[in-house]
Amino acid sequence: MVELKHIIPKTHPLDHLITIRNLVKQYQNLTAVDNLSLDICNNEVFGLLGQNGAGKTTIIHMLATLLRPTSGSASVNGFDIVNEPAKVRASIGIVFQAPSSDDMLTGYENLKLHALLYNVPRQIREKRISDVLELVGLTERRNDQVKKYSGGMRRRLEIARGILHKPKILFLDEPTLGLDPRSRESMWKYIQKLVQEEKITIILTTHYMEEADVLCDRIGIIDRGKIIALGTPSRLKEIVSGNDIIKLRLEKKDEDFDILLKDLSFIHRISTDVDGSIILSVEDASRNLPKILKRVNAESVEFSNRNLNDVFIYFTAQDTKEQPEGGFMEKFARYD
Amino acid sequence: MRSSLIRLEDILSQVYAIWLREFKVFLRERSRLVASTFTPLLWLFVIGSGFGSTTAYTGLDYQTFIFPGIVCMSVIFSSVFYGSYIIWDRKFDFLKSVMVAPVNRGIVFTGKTFGGMSNSLVQAFILLIVGALIGIQFTAISLLQTIAVVLLFSFALTSLGLALGSYMHSLEGFQMIVSFVVLPLFFLSGALFPLDNLPEWLSILTMLDPATYAVDALRNTILDLGGSYSFEADIGILAVFTTGLGTFGIFSFRRMKAV
Repeated sequence: MVELKHIIPKTHPLDHLITIRNLVKQYQNLTAVDNLSLDICNNEVFGLLGQNGAGKTTIIHMLATLLRPTSGSASVNGFDIVNEPAKVRASIGIVFQAPSSDDMLTGYENLKLHALLYNVPRQIREKRISDVLELVGLTERRNDQVKKYSGGMRRRLEIARGILHKPKILFLDEPTLGLDPRSRESMWKYIQKLVQEEKITIILTTHYMEEADVLCDRIGIIDRGKIIALGTPSRLKEIVSGNDIIKLRLEKKDEDFDILLKDLSFIHRISTDVDGSIILSVEDASRNLPKILKRVNAESVEFSNRNLNDVFIYFTAQDTKEQPEGGFMEKFARYD
Repeated sequence: MRSSLIRLEDILSQVYAIWLREFKVFLRERSRLVASTFTPLLWLFVIGSGFGSTTAYTGLDYQTFIFPGIVCMSVIFSSVFYGSYIIWDRKFDFLKSVMVAPVNRGIVFTGKTFGGMSNSLVQAFILLIVGALIGIQFTAISLLQTIAVVLLFSFALTSLGLALGSYMHSLEGFQMIVSFVVLPLFFLSGALFPLDNLPEWLSILTMLDPATYAVDALRNTILDLGGSYSFEADIGILAVFTTGLGTFGIFSFRRMKAV
């Protein structure tokens, strides 16, 4: 018998575990999520990358049925987030930004509570709890109260709780926020193990580029409620490749750098960062930097090796040179 | 048929899960238990003995007279506070993790209310033991009736507390609840004075206070002199209040925002 999976191409609608169409969340004077459309495939690890306040958590909360969208629609595991919230909830696990376990209870008791809430069948309940504790390396601490856990252990318990009822989709909202570098790396290992052992689709939000690079199959860069770039980490890096990123702080803020730099063909893009400095994406920065500095008076200059961080800055900084209509989203939104 | 039975088991296990968590936390937070038992004892012994030296009501000493009122006081304090502690659950995101589970809000509400009822019951038991030590005599029937009143009354007030807590987003509102809900419920209940011969305005206010009927029911069942209304009337009116507050609680819980 031929398995259906081989016949259906990867981007076939059936394979989309999450479909988001024109989703909007409007607060009084703030558009937190701005007309977002996105598909997420089965078994992928998808990263929503963006600064604080970009709208990542709002998206997750809407998909998890905790927030009602202002307009637009989305389906999760085939269920509509507005009309079938109970079915959506049964399909997902979620790890919130701040640990949400009860710290007066033990790790085991927290998991038991959620096993009962999610109606994990009695026959497999204890085994499943032991399995997830093992997966996140908390077997030995299962009978300790959560208040005695370290920050990293609490996060791991949250993950155990998130996958306890074998959801199709796991949301991780900033899973390593506030962890020290070593705990963060160990958290990455647990997440990677999870992907291998549980066959689960993961959507994670982060503002650490490195994290998205290590963990995600695909990344959506989100800024002010919109996805401004979408693709695999390597593809996103390719987009900025050929370009080095130079960050200039000008002596005179109001200097008309646009005009001064306009005719330099090795500059591909000029934009301004939030702190007022100019971001240039430039061919061969080490050779061309002196030419730039002849034109403008810079107070300070930085340039970095290309990494996903540059991709992020490249896409989120305010564009002041050419701005193709429809933005980068149009150009690069495709599935690799 | 079979599937609806399974569904019932699912619902019961969800209620049980919420209740169990509440009860475990209650037993582990010793300081809360000690503090909330201490206040009624202070009233019973200091106010009871202090006023008792100058006042006597129909042949009863004042301490015995206020005993039913002090039991109700402990229920008022523990139930309303318990309900409004839901703001802590929200602060620590625990509530969010429950809200995102496929659990009906009514089930969460019920489990929480059962938690509040069992907490109140434990505290009432401590007071009943103290009562027995200071010479109050219980029969099997009066004990059962007391338990029934405590459960019914604490259901009503836990619902009220949960409803109020569901509207609050910070602990600042907490002091308001103490001043405008807890203390009036207690003082207007006639816990400290007999309901007969009150000025009319006060008499009307006591009639609007559900605690009045709980205190009166306990006087009927624990004290020989009886209450101002009949036990059946007390229970009936209390049941009406309980239904009303329970409905208000569920309604508030349903409309509560998850994030």
